[in-house]
Amino acid sequence: MTIEKSHYELIILGAGPAGLTAGLYASRARIDHVLIEKGAPGGQVLTTDWVDNYPGFPEGISGFDLSDKMTAHAKRFDVNIMTKEVASVELEDPDAKRIVFGDGSAITCDALIICTGASPNKLGIPGEAELAGKGVSYCGTCDAPFYRNMHVAVIGGGDTAVEEADYLTRFASKVTIVHRRDELRAIKILQETVFANKKIDYVWNSRVTSIEGDKEVERLQLVDNDGNTSALEVQGVFILIGITPNNEMLPLERLEADEWGFIPTDGETLTSIPGVFAAGDIRSKLMRQVVNACGEGANSVVAADHYLKTKSEN
Amino acid sequence: MASDKVQQLNDAEFDSAIGSEQPTLVDFWAPWCGPCKAIGPVVEELAEEYEGKISIAKMNVDDNPVTPGKFGIRAIPTLILFKGGEVVDQITGAVGKTQLVDLINKAL
Repeated sequence: MTIEKSHYELIILGAGPAGLTAGLYASRARIDHVLIEKGAPGGQVLTTDWVDNYPGFPEGISGFDLSDKMTAHAKRFDVNIMTKEVASVELEDPDAKRIVFGDGSAITCDALIICTGASPNKLGIPGEAELAGKGVSYCGTCDAPFYRNMHVAVIGGGDTAVEEADYLTRFASKVTIVHRRDELRAIKILQETVFANKKIDYVWNSRVTSIEGDKEVERLQLVDNDGNTSALEVQGVFILIGITPNNEMLPLERLEADEWGFIPTDGETLTSIPGVFAAGDIRSKLMRQVVNACGEGANSVVAADHYLKTKSEN
Repeated sequence: MASDKVQQLNDAEFDSAIGSEQPTLVDFWAPWCGPCKAIGPVVEELAEEYEGKISIAKMNVDDNPVTPGKFGIRAIPTLILFKGGEVVDQITGAVGKTQLVDLINKAL
């Protein structure tokens, strides 16, 4: 994709729910903007089977459809979306915050909204990388149909792990949830669903130490909190143990991050650098859901607009 | 913005499509897969940029059960790079363009 111009008032990084909402608000406010996304818009919600807690959809909606609707909504107001992979962000010059692309080209802006989101965590154990795509998966809704009538394991006990375990039982004959604690962390309504599902069983207080298999996953080696080891014969393993911030392109020596790499902001989404805002899952916060990502995306544009106006008056 | 430079493959024509000396990158995908959709525009872009150097093709795993089974595909998107009918390398997940360019360069 060729670059149309070299400087914008506002650049938004990432087109998940936060970035798409920011784009929508920026476009309606007639702010000179561009929304940069490396692939198709949607973000992590694209891989969510079903969204039951986003207001306005009383029957629920698939994550796929919700991201389609958000993208269509942004496009209705002519949000300027650029498909390009960002290599690095340079924040030395307050008047020209610089976005450098994978191909070496660059554009600058006055205000920047970071909506780069997060990606699934990896376990970092032997066999995980070697068997990725060969029984090791990070997306139940993507890969469940490959496990028809098979026994699979889900690692994790949060909302995503529990939702995906339930989804996997549509295809798999049996799903074993392996969790390092003695109770699930997922919200109660999701716990009720999985505890009622006869195809799901549990290995509590246990961690996976390695994933084994010749060409495909054959078994997991487990250790419990007392140090006892065991093997679990499965044909697939879904690793759903939380998320890691997509911050590799950000200058963290200059931009403040928390101990996990998320970006702290004030109540108006302003980061430690004037004119740089953060919204959605990349932001340091307690809850990461579509509903607050959208709210923060909208808020960040109003805050950025205020910054731009104050800047131009001085 | 579907590119006419991306060939849609099926099980029947797969072997002849990957048999050529010019490398072929095949994107195994399905319509219900979010990350497949996310990576779609990048694959289209590569087809434009590498026209004449490599062929870029897609295979819908829903409609074509044989080939994905043959290559042990258990996650999508999986992109496999072929040269002369042999697998050069493969990558799984919605990776960025840089990683796909690195993959392609292994066969050039």
